[in-house]
Amino acid sequence: MSSMPLLSIVTFLPLVGAAFILLARGPDEITARNARSVALWTTTITFLVSLLIWLNFDNTTASFQFVEKTDWIGAGINYHMGVDGISMLFVILTTFLMPLCILASWDAIGTRVKEYMIAFLVMETLMIGVFCALDLVLFYLFFEAGLIPMFLIIGIWGGKRRIYASFKFFLYTLLGSVLMLLAILYMYFTAGTTDIPSLMKTGLFSGTAQIWLWLAFFASFAVKMPMWPVHTWLPDAHVEAPTAGSVILAGVLLKMGGYGFLRFSLPMFPLASEYFAPFVFALSVIAIVYTSLVALMQEDMKKLIAYSSVAHMGFVTMGIFALNTQGIEGAIFQMLSHGIVSGALFLCVGVVYDRLHTREIARYGGLASNMPKYALVFMLFTMANVGLPGTGGFVGELLTLVGAFQANTWVALIATTGVILSAAYALWLYRRVVFGELNKDDVKAMLDMNPREIATFAPLVILALWMGIYPAPFLDVLAVSVQNLLDQHQTALAAAKAVATAAR
Amino acid sequence: MTAISLPALAPAYPEIWLAIATMALLMFGVFRGDGSTRLVSWLAVAILAVTMALVTCLPTAQQTTFEGLFVVDGFARFAKILILLGSAFAVILSLGFIRYERMERFEYPVLILLASIGMLMMVSANDLIALYLGIELQSLSLYVMAAFKRDSSRATEAGLKYFVLGALSSGMLLYGCSMIYGFTGSTSFPLIAQSLSAALTGGGQASIGLVIGIVFLSAGLAFKVSAVPFHMWTPDVYEGAPTPVTAFFAVAPKVAAMTLFVRALLSPFGEIVGEWQQIVIVISALSMILGAFAAIAQTNIKRLMAYSSIGHVGYALVGLAAGTEEGVRGILIYLAIYLAMNVGTFACILAMRQKDQMVEGVQDLAGLSKTHPGMALLLAAFMFSLAGVPPLAGFFGKFYIFMAAINAHLYTLAVIGVLSSVVGAYYYLRIIKIMYFDDAAEPLAKPVRGELGAVMTVTGLFTILFFVLPGPLLAAAETAARALFP
Repeated sequence: MSSMPLLSIVTFLPLVGAAFILLARGPDEITARNARSVALWTTTITFLVSLLIWLNFDNTTASFQFVEKTDWIGAGINYHMGVDGISMLFVILTTFLMPLCILASWDAIGTRVKEYMIAFLVMETLMIGVFCALDLVLFYLFFEAGLIPMFLIIGIWGGKRRIYASFKFFLYTLLGSVLMLLAILYMYFTAGTTDIPSLMKTGLFSGTAQIWLWLAFFASFAVKMPMWPVHTWLPDAHVEAPTAGSVILAGVLLKMGGYGFLRFSLPMFPLASEYFAPFVFALSVIAIVYTSLVALMQEDMKKLIAYSSVAHMGFVTMGIFALNTQGIEGAIFQMLSHGIVSGALFLCVGVVYDRLHTREIARYGGLASNMPKYALVFMLFTMANVGLPGTGGFVGELLTLVGAFQANTWVALIATTGVILSAAYALWLYRRVVFGELNKDDVKAMLDMNPREIATFAPLVILALWMGIYPAPFLDVLAVSVQNLLDQHQTALAAAKAVATAAR
Repeated sequence: MTAISLPALAPAYPEIWLAIATMALLMFGVFRGDGSTRLVSWLAVAILAVTMALVTCLPTAQQTTFEGLFVVDGFARFAKILILLGSAFAVILSLGFIRYERMERFEYPVLILLASIGMLMMVSANDLIALYLGIELQSLSLYVMAAFKRDSSRATEAGLKYFVLGALSSGMLLYGCSMIYGFTGSTSFPLIAQSLSAALTGGGQASIGLVIGIVFLSAGLAFKVSAVPFHMWTPDVYEGAPTPVTAFFAVAPKVAAMTLFVRALLSPFGEIVGEWQQIVIVISALSMILGAFAAIAQTNIKRLMAYSSIGHVGYALVGLAAGTEEGVRGILIYLAIYLAMNVGTFACILAMRQKDQMVEGVQDLAGLSKTHPGMALLLAAFMFSLAGVPPLAGFFGKFYIFMAAINAHLYTLAVIGVLSSVVGAYYYLRIIKIMYFDDAAEPLAKPVRGELGAVMTVTGLFTILFFVLPGPLLAAAETAARALFP
């Protein structure tokens, strides 16, 4: 298996599907149906192939696996792909969510189905590419190119204010990223290469340079994450995006920010990461508390979940910059489980939105009596979002809090109130939508989930519970890579301290 | 009696061939009349293709002739191929238009050829006089072309405006040249460089008169590349001139003027980069900012492209501000990619017709993705590329420009550049929004004509697929840039 370019196959397989759809000709009705099935098949096959990566993954090494390297631009910029314990599960998360997104859009998308499926397949290629790229320029290419399909998805198939939301999404993210581009160029100029493993070797950049480079990368990842106060694009984008677009946004795109911190900021700029950790803590706890409060006040279901995403990402950044094993493992785990849970919650919203075409919370109520299956699924994911033990959300939040507690007790203390607040807004949402009296006629007429929807949710339910009850398989993948990351971080700090002492 | 010895003509064979062929074509046109315009146009394309072949046959080493007035090196070869490509595309793009708009006169392709000779001369100029001759030959042809649609008041206004302001800039350029001549005693680039380095060896400084000369020279050249604050003519001329003429203006003369700018500053004044660098930094930053902000409010797509081109000149000038080999490489890559993007975009603009009438409003593109999905896809690719979003070609252009800026420690300029590119992205996105998100008002006429479709597809594929195999262009640009830094 080692001889096959597995990562490239997984990355570019969706493009093959997209090409098929693009070349298909015929009456609209038939091309739409074909486009749907081709997209479903492509994403499913991609997922199955990507499982081969996990099956053949070696948990005992921190070095990159499935490495492919070929000449591309030249002069130190190559096509270099590979995964380690940190990135591998994100690839699986992406390929896992995609077929579900296609299923969720089966009936919801009625116009320009062909273009829609192409946009999603291209998006999948770019997202997988981000997590597999081992060259900065290649990474940037995938990272930025993802804006194009997402811009179109929000803008063409979105809700009423889709144009505003799509522009805001595009320009905000672009603004963050261009500064990172300059940082990448500076690193290329200093180190002579954009190869990520070579750049991870410590001591390449001086203390001052690290500060500026860290800030430039931070600008990009903080927007992508999104961290308070640059999170405002997210609620708009989520509300206006079609359901599957929200799933991709919450499930995968937000994780790119956290992944970026782990892949670049920590190993390449250890001194700056240490220096800015309190700053990130401050932003994280503000995000956790403030956006939770904002979420409490929302009238729109998607907006509420969007704000809860920002709060959960606050736990992630807090965990990452706790700079200890529990914190970082918890952050990665939290990202994975949030990918599943928030994706599922958006799908839950999508189910009722497809029936009533409104996301206003007050328009619903009493769904428990006429949609029992839906009520059950929605409850499960609400609990997972709160972080109830036994669900994936619990493991991640607990670990990040433990990590933060070691680093800074106050941060952990304030962040814990966020857990309580998250219970408040999530349960209140559930109460307003599912319980109460079933007194609205159009709500009464809503049918329970159909087999297609059940098929969409089943894998998510299984995974959310699995991650909560038996998280070991996931944590085992992470362990060695995270430990290696921390060891390198400590070495770099020690080296810098030695230099500082010698200078004195 | 001594025999009259001719200078070595070999380095100038492409220009000589082009000049003779152009005159022959003119005669041919005169005898056959206006009915033969289509044939003349295709012959013009063939002539340009042969010229391109001759250029590629030139030896790679540097050669000078005509007593050092004329130089051919890798840099000139690269620029000449771009210019010839731009001219050939311009001729092809005009084929449908001049027939529809009853502009069918055989002089049109001939004028493009004459302008091309001027541009080739500009690129090879190794002397202030040769530089001026090239510029004037090119400019005179362009003035006529801008006003080629005699019956249209907009076009004649554009031509006149271009002529008056062009004459002013030529005046400034000449004044600068005379100052430089006065203070260095020579008009030849190598001799100027020599006398400069002689003056500098004793720890001396460049004389103030020379610096003033450089300022005027730069002002004249900034006018030709339409950099801020000498850009005022651009939007009016772009809007007023017939669209294929605008397409021509936007590409080949820009490439020629830009490469001339590079050579005229680096070749004689390479040792006093510090003296002119600040000028270039300022005009580059202003061009990027103005190009980004002023385009936002435009409703005419040709005007919008005018501001877009001002912005792009700003980016290219970042490479010149760096004043290094990497900077020149960046400029050449940028120009090559800019050529493809702009030719493609103008092919799309030329395809905008409703009921036998050309339309130029940005809003006329509404709903294009439903009525012309292929053209909408290509135009969207050009827009994303102009905005510099990876993985499209435009990103690589910016990438190498900013790489040069970072390496030359021009951090502030680079930050201004990337920030204005975000602002610029807004108006490119607006066009995509109109095509993809809005509903169609009145659909454009179908189908896209043969030549336009072909040009669009070729440039579109180049723009979209450039990232797959960027190597050859990058290597060629690198070799070309090295020629300026022996």
